[in-house]
Formats: sequence, structure tokens, C-alpha cells
Amino acid sequence: MPDITVPELSLVVLVGISGSGKSTFARKHFRPSQIVSSDFCRGLVADDENDQAATPDAFDLLHHIVGVRLRRGLLTVVDATSVRYQDRLKLVELARAHDVLTDAIVLDVPEEVATARNATRPDRDFGPHVIPRQRKELRRSLSKMSRDGFRRVHVLRGDEIDQATVGFERAWTDRTDLTGPFDIIGDVHGCAAELETLLDRLGYVDGVHPQGRTAVFVGDLVDRGPDTPGVLRRVMGMVAAGAALCVCGNHEQKLVRALDGRKVRLAHGLEESLTQLGAADPAFVAAAKSFMAGLISHYQLDGGNLVVAHAGLKEPYHGRASGRVRAFALYGDTTGETDEYGLPVRYPWAEDYRGRAMVVYGHTPTTEPEWVNNTICLDTGVVFGGSLTALRYPERELVSVPAERVWYEPSRPLAAPRRREPAALDIGDVQGNRFVETRFGGTVRVREENGAAALEIMSRFAVDPRWLVYLPPTMAPPETSRLDGYLEHPEEAFEEFAQAGVDRVVCEEKHMGSRAIAVLARTPEAAARRFGVTDGSTGMVYTRTGRPFFDTLTGELVDGLRAAAEPLWDELGTDWVVLDGELLPWSAKAEGLIRGQYAAVGAAAMAALPAVEAALEAAAGRGLDVGLALDRARRRRENAALFRDAYARYCWPVSGLAGVRFAPFQVLAAEGRAWAVQEGHDWHLRVLSLLGGPLVTPTRHVFVTLDSAQSRAAAVSWWAELTAAGGEGMVVKPVAPPDGEAIGRRVQPGVKVRGREYLRIIYGPDYTESLDVLRRRFLGKKRSLALREHALGLEALARLAEGEPLWRVHEPVFAVLAMESEPVDPRL
Amino acid sequence: MLLTISTTERPATDLGFLLHKHPDRVQEFDQSFGRAQVFYPEAGEERCTAALMLDVDPVRLVRSRGAASPDFSLSQYVNDRPYAASSLLAVALADVFRTARAGRCAARPELAARPIPLEIFLPALPCTGGADLARRIFEPLGWQVAAAAVPLDAGFPEWGESRYVRLTLRGQVRLADALNHLYVLLPVLDDAKHYWVAGDEVEKLLRAGTGWLAAHPERNLITRRFLARRQSLTRVAFARLAEVGDDTEETLEPPVEEEVTERAVPLNVLRREAVLAALDELGTRTVIDLGCGSGQLVGALLTRPGLHKIAGVDVSPHALALAARRLKLDHMPEARRARLELFQSSLTYTDARFAGYEAAVLMEVIEHLDPPRLPALERVVFDAARPEHVLVTTPNAEYNPRYPFLAGLRHPDHRFEWTRAEFRAWAAAVAEKYGYRVAFRPVGEEDPDLGPPTQMAIFTAGGPDA
Repeated sequence: MPDITVPELSLVVLVGISGSGKSTFARKHFRPSQIVSSDFCRGLVADDENDQAATPDAFDLLHHIVGVRLRRGLLTVVDATSVRYQDRLKLVELARAHDVLTDAIVLDVPEEVATARNATRPDRDFGPHVIPRQRKELRRSLSKMSRDGFRRVHVLRGDEIDQATVGFERAWTDRTDLTGPFDIIGDVHGCAAELETLLDRLGYVDGVHPQGRTAVFVGDLVDRGPDTPGVLRRVMGMVAAGAALCVCGNHEQKLVRALDGRKVRLAHGLEESLTQLGAADPAFVAAAKSFMAGLISHYQLDGGNLVVAHAGLKEPYHGRASGRVRAFALYGDTTGETDEYGLPVRYPWAEDYRGRAMVVYGHTPTTEPEWVNNTICLDTGVVFGGSLTALRYPERELVSVPAERVWYEPSRPLAAPRRREPAALDIGDVQGNRFVETRFGGTVRVREENGAAALEIMSRFAVDPRWLVYLPPTMAPPETSRLDGYLEHPEEAFEEFAQAGVDRVVCEEKHMGSRAIAVLARTPEAAARRFGVTDGSTGMVYTRTGRPFFDTLTGELVDGLRAAAEPLWDELGTDWVVLDGELLPWSAKAEGLIRGQYAAVGAAAMAALPAVEAALEAAAGRGLDVGLALDRARRRRENAALFRDAYARYCWPVSGLAGVRFAPFQVLAAEGRAWAVQEGHDWHLRVLSLLGGPLVTPTRHVFVTLDSAQSRAAAVSWWAELTAAGGEGMVVKPVAPPDGEAIGRRVQPGVKVRGREYLRIIYGPDYTESLDVLRRRFLGKKRSLALREHALGLEALARLAEGEPLWRVHEPVFAVLAMESEPVDPRL
Repeated sequence: MLLTISTTERPATDLGFLLHKHPDRVQEFDQSFGRAQVFYPEAGEERCTAALMLDVDPVRLVRSRGAASPDFSLSQYVNDRPYAASSLLAVALADVFRTARAGRCAARPELAARPIPLEIFLPALPCTGGADLARRIFEPLGWQVAAAAVPLDAGFPEWGESRYVRLTLRGQVRLADALNHLYVLLPVLDDAKHYWVAGDEVEKLLRAGTGWLAAHPERNLITRRFLARRQSLTRVAFARLAEVGDDTEETLEPPVEEEVTERAVPLNVLRREAVLAALDELGTRTVIDLGCGSGQLVGALLTRPGLHKIAGVDVSPHALALAARRLKLDHMPEARRARLELFQSSLTYTDARFAGYEAAVLMEVIEHLDPPRLPALERVVFDAARPEHVLVTTPNAEYNPRYPFLAGLRHPDHRFEWTRAEFRAWAAAVAEKYGYRVAFRPVGEEDPDLGPPTQMAIFTAGGPDA
């Protein structure tokens, strides 16, 4: 019974004449979604599976579908006759273009069988010449098919067709089952002594790690250095013992060719290897040659989260197999140019890298390893007198030992990695329909049109994206109050959280200012290290839409806030921090809005209403019946005065920073920690109480135990007092930090309960006259938006704290801004 | 929301006949946006005053318009319409006094046909252009104008005056004419956002302006403002972001067209011609206009058959929509359309679509970027896209004193304007860093001391030794 195996990711081409049973075979061994048949495509483009005139279009479609599936990494089976060389060639080329392997399965049945089968099918009444012609083409192909470019050609005849089983082979590169931990070791180049020192430092005892760690060599074990045989012996031993993996480097590739007796140029240290191996035991040399010849281009490890390749690997090539994948893995992406030292100019693929997997590689010696978009090069040029470096995974720790001496003179001086460029963000990171994965709220969809609006705001007004590490989510009000005279009241907020199973909430005073995010670095060095900002600035304060607060005062504001945040460096063990708060007064940022909208309405009202009153009074004096209108006019004049008071409370003149206040209420993140995720609001308020100085004003708050009526009542009267004195209101939040369970129940991260007078700014001076209408408001969309934006915000902070690359942090931040352009009732 | 009309033509109570509203009654008229009332605060032989009061309830107004309306801006609830003499008052006036406005009065035909002494009072007239504009608009029509600006907020004297004017008009005017003046001119003076615009505005203007508009010295302004109150493109998403950020939409307007002064040949034309001439000299066949705005340059490029690949890029979807309309993208012949790409992108994000053009044009673009963001633009254009040539134009700040009315920068969205030395220093540093060589040339009429109004840099890849 023949057992066929095909690669897990491959293109499987069924070959056989019409009526040979390809479709039946395919259905038996593959999922329906994996099979693309020419008949089906013909039907799609012609409404007739037998319309031969539609064949070219049908195959265009078939090739397109196959191409999309292969790009997406899906095994695909082509069900077409494919008896002609030209037809197979197109498929093989298509597979190659997507760097996947191709297997052919030939169903070789006699003409009579096929003809008999076709005769039973009314839709197959093509002429009698067709089957013999196909048969002839197949016969002609069979002997040469192995040279068509297939990995393997499986031929099945007679009973074999029914009895065959089809199995799936894992790709050689697929070691996703290995979860490590790993110690990935950079280019050794025959530096056996340094390798032993490094292995020792990493805790290996005679090539084995007592805790079961696995070493992964990035290749280029050989050439240039003093003891290539020694290095090979050690690595071969470790690989054989299962304590190490090794990928192929370009030097191994060339050394194998030289050992095979091919003509290669004895340059770049090859001569040293050949000399050293010449003095070694021939049996060892043969073993070494076979070891090196068997090295593969790259490994996918740890569930696909880690990729190791000698010269790195761009994402579309991960787990793929083709000549160019191997070339990329061994030589990198070269531009085809050479530099002034005659060495190839390399394309900086890592700067464009957007994959999820960490890519660890060597090949290009640098003075210091540097993370670029979740990739890192470990070649620190030990053979040139640099050092030998290893990366501990998943710890992301670097361990390195210095070279004992310069073993080989470099042809070009070791360079520091290219200085990080200002904003390595690509339009592809933000444009189009996007699905942002968050750990605190599933996948959040961002629609293209919202992204378009956000792109304009972000590009024209936002601060440098390196500072823009977070944007605050929107916040919903509680269910609308039924209490006479009120639209919002704390009781609904308490009830909502109690219903959701929250036992303790905090009520935080809502300062009527402008939401402000303060990103502060302790020193310019910390700013450079953590944020990649090297112009000497040490922080940024920006608005809800990512705009800077002031044109010229930002530096002074940052300095002031950094001084205020001084106690945090020790308290949190960090040299940078991101704070969430409110910047006061409102007029500092919004004066244009206040004057253009709020004050203007007040001015019109105060000019018009007294005249209305006077006219009505005169009419009443004449005995006309205008009493109701006069009452209403008087009430409206009072409302207009209250409206003026409402906004005026949040305006005061500032001169420079004098008069400006920052009221922080949350520590969003600091070194290694996304505090917003990890600690409750009691912790945040306590830590923030350490801040002092003239710029900082505290956020007043009370804690409420929701099952205590007394505790609730106390908070309600606190709110009533606050708002009666002109306060905006308060924000009610569960004290505990967000956990997966609460997120699953869609508990709001906070709700705002605004004061009666404050709401005049929102709903107009006379809103209290129309409460019955205004109570019909719809919170659903706002609340859903608040949850999604909250998830995005936390995701950005988590990515920041974990040291993810800029584009990964920018993605959810941008998504928050895009969501904010969603049409929701702006009064909520 | 209040308008009074008084006369001293004896017997003054005949005003009731002219207006078709009895002086001793209070009459109500339902309007789609509220309720209008007409009553007479005084009705004597010597003097009679009719008041038109309009009660606008913004809350009910917004809510009554149903789910289809873009219930979008806070300003729909917090707005001046309940108080100010806006277009709503004009519409109510036209409706309530329809017969009077037509000049018909069966009871007093002779009185309706001749000028009578009238006094019109508007306590809060929104007037973009201030009291001065109100005078310029009403005086040519035979009115004596008393106009005083209303302060914005007495509590904040430093905020200055509001755009509302307390207006009294006095004159010998036919009542029908007076009503037509108000109908046309209230929205013209307001010139703010309007929310309800019917379709046949031109006809309405011509009908109401019969006999006086054609000879009015400000007829251009009146026509433009009266007709230009349709918001052609809804930009709700953008407006929402403005509000979220405590900004007004106006301050975030994309800088689609900009010019500080009009001259024989406008500077924008000179600039476009200079860029086209430079492209001709360079012999480029493919050009990308980065920051294309409403597509003026792209349109000019399309007329040149030698250019077979042209792209226009802007970060503002609004600007791109204007460009598509200006270029008549929907009706463009296929062969021409095939040469053109128009797409949204940003100059602070690398974009593979920017590559593959011989020349990139940054015409009046860099000054719209905050200086700290310039290095990102440099990287995107000179490093990632790396065209053979880059043309950059920007204002020459030294020339600004030549604009007599200019205070500050030439456009509110400009983040900086450079002197010639500053521009040259920037360009030289960019050229050095990215391996280009750079040449400069003036655009526009050069001042011997101050230089040209616009300066241009032409970068060519290859560096000084190439």
C-alpha cells in the first residue's frame, strides 16, 4: 500500500487524464477548501463547467486563487488534468514565486477506464479524440516529470489509487514544537576559545546545559579564526546530543563547496579553514563536511515566535523553502551594489520588518547588537577582535565575552549599527482596514475611513510618534438619571458597577481641563535609550489627539513635571514614566474654542434676551397676553447667566506656565511595567501623592464600598458638593486593575458623572428646560467604543513596557485616534 | 431672535396694515425650527413698533431631525441661533411677512408703494466683519446705521469684542425693500455655518435683490456669501476629531489654497510655472506631487504629453476630493487617467508608492510641518523614496514686509517661514546627509534687498562629486 507524504505547506498538483478520478482522490485526502479545480473555476467565469472557450479565463482565476492561498501559507491542491508540461510549469513557477514546494501526484489509469467513467457522466461528452490525446501527452510527460521542478512525483496506478494514503511532512525548518529556553549564539568564525568561555558563562557543562537550555548557532562557525575544527567538533557534538541547533552560514556553504573540490576563491578566511582541516583526521573532516552540508537555511522555533537565520529573514520567507529563501537566509538582502571596500551593500530589511516573530541572526559584524523592529544581529565580530555574543531567549538578555585578540584583520572597520532614524514608520502600519490584536479586549477593527481622518490629524498635528506612546480612551456617562432636574447622577454609576460584580470603586474628581499625557524621561540618555529621541529633549506633554499643548513652553513644562516626578524614579525603579492627567485651566488649550463657541453664545444671549424681555414687558403693559413668553424669557436670561458662569469657572489667565496645573491620576507605564494594567487605582493615587511642586495639583477622590448604602450616600453628597461649587463632576472606576474576567463581562473601565451646571456647556444653556427630550439618549455605541479604545490603550502600554518596536506601539495608538473619529453623540 | 420694526409715519398704527398683522393681537406662526411670534410693544398714533420674536429650541431642533442627520457637533446644541439674528430669523421673516415683502397691501396700497420713516432694531446681529461691514452693507441702501459691537464676555475683557453687533437702522425706505434687505443681508453678515439650505438659492437671491442688489457696491461680497453657505463636503469624521481635541474645525482646515495677496499674476501661478519650467529643464518623464492640495499642479502636469506617469498625494481626504473634482477624475479619458495616480498618504510615514518617480515636488509643503517632524519627511522623501530630483518651494520670510496687511505668517497653518539663509542651510544639510546636490532659484518678482517672495531648491541625487 503506497504511502504518499507531501509537505505541510506545499502545492500539490494532481496529474491525470479526464476521468482518472482526480476529484474523487482529492476529496478523499484533502479538505474541500484546499482543493481548487479547473472545472469549478470554469463554472465561475462562464456559468458552465464545460465551456472550453472559457478555459484561459478559468485558469487565470485558478492561478489567482492558488497564489493567494500560497501567500497566506495554505496547502493547496490543484485539480486539473495538468498533463501538459506547459500547464505544470505555470503551477511550479507559481509555487516558486511564493517559496513553497510542489509535489505531483499522478493518477495513471488506462484510457478505457477513463472513457468508461466519462461515458456515465452526461456533462462529459467531449469528442472521442480528447482522452487519447490527453493520454498521449501524459505518457510523453511521465518519464521527464521529475525534472519539471517538483520536489517529488508520486505515480499511482491501478489499485494503488484507491489504497494510497496521504500523509503530511513537517518542513525541515519547522521546529515550532521546541519552546526553549534558548541561547542563540552569534558568528564564531573558528574562535574556539571564546566559544568555550561563552558556553561556560551561559552555564553549559561540556556542551550540555543542566537546566535543559538549547543553544542555537546562527552559522558562520568556520573560517578566519584559529580553530575551525575545534568549533565544529564542539557544535557537532552538541547538535548530535540534542543540546544545540545550527543553521547554515554562507561560510559553511562555501567551505563545503571547497571540500567537494569545487573551484572557489580562497578569500575571506577560507584558506585558514582548509589548512586547519587539512591537518585534521580525514574521518572528522568527512563528518564535518556532511554536517555542514546538512545545515538548513533557518529554523522557526517556539510556536513560530522565534526565527533564527544566519543573515536574517523577512517575514514572507519564514517557514518557506526555495532557492531565494536560502539565499536570503545565508547572504541577506543585497542591493547588488558594492561599497568602497568591495563588500556587498546590504538592504536594511530589518527596518521594514513587521513580523510578529523575533528574528535573530548574525552575518553583519557590528560593534553592538541593537534591536530593530523585534530583530537583532548577534555578530559582534569576535574574530576581528570584537566579542562573541549570545542572546538568552525568552529573557532577551545579551551575554558576551570579549575576543582574546584580533584573529583576523577586517577588510572594513567594524561599524556601530546605523543610527536609528527619526521615524521608522510605514504607511502600511496604519492605512486601510486594520485589525489590531489586543490582549485586553480581543481584536479591534479599525475602518479605513476612520484611519484616513486619523492619518491627517496625526500627520499634520501630532507630536513625534516616538513620544506618542498612548492615547486615552473615550469615557461614557452612566445610564441617564430619572431624578428630577438631573441628567446624570452617581447612583446609576454605582448601580452599574454593583450589577457587574464590582465591590469597590473610586470616585475621582474630574478636573475641567484638557486631558494630558505626560511622557517624562529622567535624562537625555534615558530619552535616547527608551524612546530613541536623540535631540536632547526629555519628554512631551500632549492632548487627547496627540497634539503638543504649547508651541514654545513644552520644554519648560516637561522640566517642571520631571522635577515634580522626581520621587517616582526610586519608587518605581525607572528612569522614565508616562502619566495620565488633566491639564488646567481648560482655557490654556481651548481658549479659541471657548471664545469662538461658548463665550460667543453667551454674548449673543446676553445681548438679545434683555431686549426680548423689554419688548415683552412693553407689550404686557399694553395689555397683550404675553405672560407665558415673558416668564420664559426671564428664565432663559437666568439660564444664560448660569451658562456663562459654567464655562468661566474653567478659564483663568495664564502667563507662561504661571497658572498652569497638572492633575495626574494614573501612572500609565514605566521601565518594564505597564502599571495601568498591573495595579489598582488605590496604588496609583498613593504613588501620585508623592508628586509635589507648583505645577501639580492632586486629584481628590473617595473610595466607595458598593454594598454599603452609607458609603454610597457619602460619595453622592461629595459629588453634589463638588458640582454645586462648579466642579465638572467625577469619574467612577473599579478600584482593581483590569482582569480578563472583567473584560469578558464588558465592565466599563470608568464612567463619568457630570454636574448639573457643567452640562449647560454640553447641552446648551436651556437644557434644563428639555430634560424629558434629552433623557432619550443612546449610550450603547459610546460604551462599546470606550471598551475598545481602552483595550487599545492598554495594548499600547503593554507593548511599550515590553520594549516592542515603534510601529507596534504606534499601531494601537493610531487606532485609538481613528476610533475617536467614529460618529457618536459628542455630548455623551 | 428678536427684530423690531418701527415707524413714525402717521398714523403709525397703519404699520399693522402694511405687515398684515393686527397691532392688538399676539400672533404665532409655526416654523420648522421653532415658533415665531408677532406682537406690538407699542402702537400709538405717533409711533408704532412691531416685534418679530423667534423661539428656537436647539434641543428639540436637533432631536426632531431624526437619525439621518449628522447630529455631530456640540455646536448644534450650544449655539447662538436661539439668540442671534441668523438666517433662521431671515427665513421666519420672509415667511411671516410674505405679503408685505412682496409690497402688496390692499388696504393701504399707496403707503406700501412709497418710502416711509422706518427704524429697525436687532439686538444681536452676528456680523462677520464687524460694525464697519454692517455700515458698508446698509448705508448704500439709504440706511443710517448705528452699530455697536457686543463684548465677548464682560468677565474677560482681554477677550475683546464678539462678532455680534447691536444694530439700529433708520431711514426713509419702502417697507417691502426693508424686509428684502434683511432677508438677504442677515445671512450675508452672519457668514457662518448654516445648517438648512434649500436648493434654489440663486433664484431667491435674484428675486429678493430686485432693484437694489445690482447697483450695490458690495454686491460681490453679498452674492458670494449668500451663495457660498453650502458645505459641499461633509467631513464629519474630521470635525469629530477637532472637537475631541478641543479644537475648532476651522483651525484644522487643510491648507488647500493659500495666498496672501492678489497681484497681476498671482504668486501661485508663478510658482507653478517655475516648478514646471524646472521639471522641463530636468527632462523628467515621471513626477510625484507630494502635498498636491486641490490638484492645481497635477492638472498642469497632465496637460504635458511628455509626462507619462504623474502622481498626486495629499494627507487630507478633503483636499483629494477637491482635486478629484477639479481634475474631473470621473470623466477623464482612459489614456489620461492611466497616467495619473491620486492617493492619500503622509510624508511622515514611508510609503513604497512614493518610489519610482524621477522627480518629487514639495511645493509649499515643508512649512506646514512642525520643525521636529522635518527629519521624518526628509527620511521618507530623500532616503526611502529617493527620486532623482526633488523640488522644494517655501516662502521667503524676508519678503513678508512687502505684504502690507500681513501680520505674522502667510497662512495660519504655517509652522515656520524661513529666510533665504535658513532655507539654504536646511537644504544643504539634507543634500549632504542623503547624497544629493542642490541648486537654488528665486520664484516671483525679486526684491533687491529682500529677495523673491518664494524660494525654490532643486535637489539632484548623486552628491557634489557625482
